[in-house]
Amino acid sequence: MDAMDGHLIRFRGVSFRYDDGRQVFDGLDLDWRPDENIALCGPNGSGKTTLLHLCVGLLRPQAGEVEVLGKPRKREADFHDVRARVGLLFQDPDDQLFCPTVAEDVAFGPFNLGLSRAEVEAVTEETLASLGLRDLARRTASRLSHGEKKMAALASVLAMRPRALLLDEPTAGLDPDAAERLVSALERLRLPALIASHDFSALERLGLRRVRLQNGKAHNA
Amino acid sequence: MADDAGRDALMDRLDPRARVAAAFAFSVLVAVGPRPAAALAALAAAGAAAAISGLRARDIVRRLAPVGAFLPLIWLTLPFTRPGQPVFRLGPLAATDPGLRLALLVTLKALAVTLALVALLGRMDLPRLGHALHHLRVPDKLVHLLLMAARYVDVLRAESARLASAMKARAFRPRASPRTFRAAGYLAAMILIRGFDRAARVHAAMKLRGFRGRFYVLSHFAFARRDLAFCAAAGLILGLIAWMQWTAT
Repeated sequence: MDAMDGHLIRFRGVSFRYDDGRQVFDGLDLDWRPDENIALCGPNGSGKTTLLHLCVGLLRPQAGEVEVLGKPRKREADFHDVRARVGLLFQDPDDQLFCPTVAEDVAFGPFNLGLSRAEVEAVTEETLASLGLRDLARRTASRLSHGEKKMAALASVLAMRPRALLLDEPTAGLDPDAAERLVSALERLRLPALIASHDFSALERLGLRRVRLQNGKAHNA
Repeated sequence: MADDAGRDALMDRLDPRARVAAAFAFSVLVAVGPRPAAALAALAAAGAAAAISGLRARDIVRRLAPVGAFLPLIWLTLPFTRPGQPVFRLGPLAATDPGLRLALLVTLKALAVTLALVALLGRMDLPRLGHALHHLRVPDKLVHLLLMAARYVDVLRAESARLASAMKARAFRPRASPRTFRAAGYLAAMILIRGFDRAARVHAAMKLRGFRGRFYVLSHFAFARRDLAFCAAAGLILGLIAWMQWTAT
């Protein structure tokens, strides 16, 4: 377990600029240890989503070092094993659920990891059951409520058996009951989480260390 | 589907692959046939399939309506444009015998093929249809195009509805004016741009779950004895129609 004694994620002097010239980070440092949950806050456009995408290599910084699970990650190939072990939950579950049925969406990741059909079916079944979503298995994603979609998207991430979670606005747009279901599911999982949000009221009990993004840098708040 | 009369009609219990294959073979065979008698027999066979489809008569009629709207056009043009023995005249126009026969043939064929498709596939949802096509070796790209389109058509519709109501909320009322056309153009462009952005995000989410260009299919179909019976019956009917079309005198 290389990461357990070190950092899940370590950014050193990371600078990132979008193609349109917008500078988001300028020499950002960040440490995320496996025994802590981080609340990432900051105004709109401060780079919360960008930071999550840098963690899994959807974006690459122009300068600085990104270290994930104890190894420096530079090229696309460096991130392949990161993506299996650090799961990112998108803000909009419609971006994540693309298969005709929920079960197939949950099975998509495990198939890509090269598991056999029997193993995939077992993982799918187990993941849906652990979130109390067995009834959704045969349903079509487009006919689910927003809260159900969010849970199904979480299931599709958890089916990869990640060791850490990146959550982008996990409770945005959820009613209090749906938010409660999601947070108690996260609580039961006991996976370290890096959470980007505007509103941590529902997430407070996960025990969060606050990190504030401002002027291209991360500050402990 | 929303418009089912009874759950689990006989047709629903048949293997989707057999239904898709039968629908395809039937459509091709009927479309190429030259004789009205064979087309009439095909229509009867399609009617029999409709009887076990579990669809209500009302829903069947509703689904045939688009064909019904198109047929008057055939009857207004074909009889008067084919050369041959005139049967009757309407002013300067003469309806010919071959023209009338052709219009009848086209009508029977169109109704037979549409009715068969409605009966065989009308209650199959798109995911099952997609899987059946996959198992029948239709190229994966086409199958996934179909399934992705089915998955995201609602998302796109909701997005366009949101944009349209945002326009209305600012007192936009469509008129035949350049301003309206420009606004409609913006709306269409915005839907395209958002669709493009959405596609990029969906692809990113797929990459994160290890997507490297290969899709897997989770569901299996079981080919049961009743499917064998269905295939035998379908084969017999198709054979009979073919015989009526080309051999029988």
